[in-house]
Amino acid sequence: MADDLVNVQIDGTWHQFPKGTRMIEACRQAGVEVPHYCYHPKLSSPGNCRMCLVEMGMPPRPKPGEELTRDEDGRLPIQWMPRPVIACANTVSENLGIRTESALTKSCREGVMELLLINHPLDCPICDQAGECRLQEFSVEHGTGGSRFREDKVKKPKNVDIGPRVRLDDERCIMCSRCIRFTAEVADDPVLGFTERGSHTTLAVHPGRRLENNYSLNTVDICPVGALTSTDFRFQMRVWFLKEIESICTGCGRGCNTEVSSREGSILRQTPRENNEVNSTWMCDRGRLDFHYVNSEARLTQPLLKGSEGHRAVSWKIAVKTLADNLAGFESSKIAIIASARLTNEDLYLVRRLAQQLGVKELDVIARLGEDDGYLVAADRNPNSRGAALVLGLDSEPGSRVCGIRRDIESGKIAALLAIGEDLTSPEAGFSPALLSQLEFLGQIHHTANSTADAAAVVLPGATSFEKSGSMVNVTGRLQRLAPVVPLPGEAREDWVILRDLLQALDGGNGAGSSDEVFSLLAQEVSAFEGRTLAGISPLGEVLLETGETVPLLEREKERIAKGEIVG
Amino acid sequence: MSNVTYISGKEPHSREHRLIFRNIDRKGYDPGLKCYLKDGGYEQLKKAVTMEPKAITDEVKAAGLRGRGGAGFPTGLKWTFIPPTNTKPVYLICNADESEPGTFKDRYIMHQDPHQLLEGMAIACYAVGAKLAYIYVREEFPHAARILEEAIAEATKAGFLGKGICGSTFDLELYVHRGAGAYICGEETGLIESLEGKRPYPRIKPPFFPAVLGLYMSPTIVNNVESLCHVKHILAMGGAEYAKLGTPNNTGTRILCVSGDVQKPGYFEVQVGKVTLGEVIQDLCGGLKPGRKLQAVIPGGSSAKVLRADERFKLKRGDEMVEIGLEDIPMDFDSLAACGSMAGSGGVIIIDDSRKISWVLNNINSFYAHESCGQCTPCREGSLWMKKISDRIVAGKASPDDVATLESVANNIEGKTICAFGEACSWPTQSFIRKFREELVADTREELAGVPVNHETTLAAANLKN
Ligand SMILES: Cc1cc2nc3c(=O)[nH]c(=O)nc-3n(C[C@H](O)[C@H](O)[C@H](O)COP(=O)(O)O)c2cc1C
Ligand code: SF4
Ligand code: SF4
Ligand code: SF4
Ligand code: FES
Repeated sequence: MADDLVNVQIDGTWHQFPKGTRMIEACRQAGVEVPHYCYHPKLSSPGNCRMCLVEMGMPPRPKPGEELTRDEDGRLPIQWMPRPVIACANTVSENLGIRTESALTKSCREGVMELLLINHPLDCPICDQAGECRLQEFSVEHGTGGSRFREDKVKKPKNVDIGPRVRLDDERCIMCSRCIRFTAEVADDPVLGFTERGSHTTLAVHPGRRLENNYSLNTVDICPVGALTSTDFRFQMRVWFLKEIESICTGCGRGCNTEVSSREGSILRQTPRENNEVNSTWMCDRGRLDFHYVNSEARLTQPLLKGSEGHRAVSWKIAVKTLADNLAGFESSKIAIIASARLTNEDLYLVRRLAQQLGVKELDVIARLGEDDGYLVAADRNPNSRGAALVLGLDSEPGSRVCGIRRDIESGKIAALLAIGEDLTSPEAGFSPALLSQLEFLGQIHHTANSTADAAAVVLPGATSFEKSGSMVNVTGRLQRLAPVVPLPGEAREDWVILRDLLQALDGGNGAGSSDEVFSLLAQEVSAFEGRTLAGISPLGEVLLETGETVPLLEREKERIAKGEIVG
Repeated sequence: MSNVTYISGKEPHSREHRLIFRNIDRKGYDPGLKCYLKDGGYEQLKKAVTMEPKAITDEVKAAGLRGRGGAGFPTGLKWTFIPPTNTKPVYLICNADESEPGTFKDRYIMHQDPHQLLEGMAIACYAVGAKLAYIYVREEFPHAARILEEAIAEATKAGFLGKGICGSTFDLELYVHRGAGAYICGEETGLIESLEGKRPYPRIKPPFFPAVLGLYMSPTIVNNVESLCHVKHILAMGGAEYAKLGTPNNTGTRILCVSGDVQKPGYFEVQVGKVTLGEVIQDLCGGLKPGRKLQAVIPGGSSAKVLRADERFKLKRGDEMVEIGLEDIPMDFDSLAACGSMAGSGGVIIIDDSRKISWVLNNINSFYAHESCGQCTPCREGSLWMKKISDRIVAGKASPDDVATLESVANNIEGKTICAFGEACSWPTQSFIRKFREELVADTREELAGVPVNHETTLAAANLKN
């Protein structure tokens, strides 16, 4: 037995845990869930909800001269204490006993459940949290059926506007203080707090302040009840109808791990998924809400060719052939390809093949730079710059050739341009419509109508990152997987499919039948990916590059774990 | 000493033994430093700073001093809980929040003899190694705060506080901090949070034992005003001599604050355990009001479990168990605990037969419902629920079932909360129902069982009756 392991009896069975493990975590590791509200492993433990009370025992203190007898396994007898303890903040020690099913523990849970419910409104039928509400869940598991409460309930403010993205219903609040602790301890924006006292305790935003930081929606996730709801998701859908798929956010180079919820092909919300190497259990509001464009009216749903009367829809076959023929008609040196660092590695690999096939040298992506916010949002607002650099074999900073390409178009050196996944007239790309009109040929692959598409002779409808499978490499060099969440609209196709077909039309075809196969080809060609498979990437991703880059938020979390302030 | 005379009509009772209250209501005595010095003030501090700090703690231990704030915890032992390996600053806090209903002693010390407290604190700070100390004064004591500020200024000027106290190398800064009107600020960890500028939410223990992780997460000793004053007298008398006052394990003197239905309510400093509850009522307070019978006593502040007048108690006397009545209970920590209640804060509340028990209980429940900090579920929700039920019992709008519900709500609070307020608010209900169930049920109506409650009319009725 290692020195730092202690023997702990949980519901009659002995286990070993490192000394100092919180009782609630020890139970979880032993497969016993202790119900809790206020405890959150990433936040400090105030021990205020009292839902996690359990019966605890320790070896009795021997009387002077008395020797306690050990059983055949060397365990001392356990003397059970009349007073329950909170499992969330107390730690295990040698020969400790925990009872989660005893009469004492059960009566504590029943008591706390009843007390939590007496002033709780009967809002479930109209509450967004219903279906994933801890109050509902634990009252089914640990409550008693009826109510003995005959008094008037305490009245509190409802539908309180505390910020642009979060709504507060004070009557539903169970005062667990998770949201307060999150804003104070993680987001460094302590705008939430309690006012009044006793049963009248009311969560409120500080006078003159708003809950409007870029992490505000995390409070909605951690609120165990329906007190904090997302303005965006409110009243959209009962949660039991949602289909949840694990993916990653493509809002910046962090690649926060997510769970995307949809219903009948529409995305309704995105929530963070725990990954302690990437985003802990949080994500930013901007990334979280950046999915509405998927359902936009402006989505491209058919391949288009430009004629004298403007764009008209054509079949995929004709469109791809037209694009291939046009590109093949130019000298290699007259063609440029601008791809996107928002594309997957698989998409980009086929872009690389396309450039090779056409002999194109002028190849780059659009850089998207902002400021690192000191939490999660990375300075690189592209989700896959590292992947693009690796896969396209860019020998300079991604985006650094774009300026030259613009100049070459102006001078007429470049006459044909294929833009994949980027609107070149965006501020980041910096192409003017006038410049684009100087080109002899402009082709575009994109998921949404835009000014580049307006100018393009051939427009192929692609996929958003919510509609494709594939992989990306985040700013710290982690290889992560993207999953298709909703079906493509109309005739739109995944970008790798479009590129494969284009390559085939140019006779450089390889006939890859899936993004997995594309990844395998990539792994054979680009050494960093060697020996890996797309399906083999764990849901939490894997280290591809040792960049030495750290995540500020995760570093602070590690410090707090080391100090014992949080479990982590 | 014998030249001490008191304001006419406020003379101490002959059964009193005045140590801490020696100068309270004393003729010609004022809170100024001059007056204090004329009477031998700060001599003990002068002596203390020449001693080993540990020797002072040893004297306090030998004296057997137990905290006068409520829990009766041995003061000397508490001081030794500061980790020996500690490298952080040590703080001392004087708990002058005196808010337990029925308790009114600390205020007199602060009003009339502030230097006694400052001297006691300075000695205690020297003993525990604190260079910074606070007096946390409840909001409702503005005069006390002002008087203490003045006393601190005087003492600092005279070299009894500040740098190099009494020619030694001992430095001490002392500040008055005023609360904002919450009972929970008397709970030591709530007090510490409040002192840090936050809401007074009591901390969980473990890990936040004040002597280890107190103010600013540094070792902190919290003691009651009266406890700290005793330190001065322990040093003056010597621990062993002090321990001869009172009874074994219940040493020294303590101030009883008697309120309620007696002829002469007031404060009385007596040797711990040397007077019985009956003597308190009959001798110290001149008996009950004419024609009245004793119904109940709450012996240690409103949170102490009530004792019924006709109850019988079993107490150990020497080696044998004896059965006694309420009037024979010695007023000390151990005896009151053995009788199922506590000496608590020294607030003795006498209830005669003119009082409706449901009204008394409701009065207490109203206080605790108003004062619960609201941090933890059982107390936050339970304290108001208990009040609402007892509102209805008082108003005659409850059924006998409600009494049972009331009792089980209290049971669901006790032992399940963050701080001892949980016990403070549930013990009255538990003990009143256990001992006065018939009286309470008599105020209910069988036919109201299961009838929906209209709270507005209930409250109107309750207000009328109160
Ligand atoms: C709810 C509650 C209120 C309290 N109020 C006071 C108070 O007003 N004054 C006080 O000295 N102690 C009060 N205490 C006790 C303190 O927590 C602490 O034990 C005491 O100040 C320690 O001092 P002592 O050891 O000298 O008694 C209270 C405790 C609780 C649980
Ligand atoms: S709003 Fe939600 S998270 Fe915040 S204290 Fe209330 S119940 Fe807890
Ligand atoms: S930090 Fe970046 S990856 Fe994370 S949610 Fe925000 S935009 Fe998305
Ligand atoms: S027991 Fe009451 S006073 Fe103490 S922390 Fe809990 S709610 Fe606050
Ligand atoms: S989880 Fe809330 S007290 Fe333990």
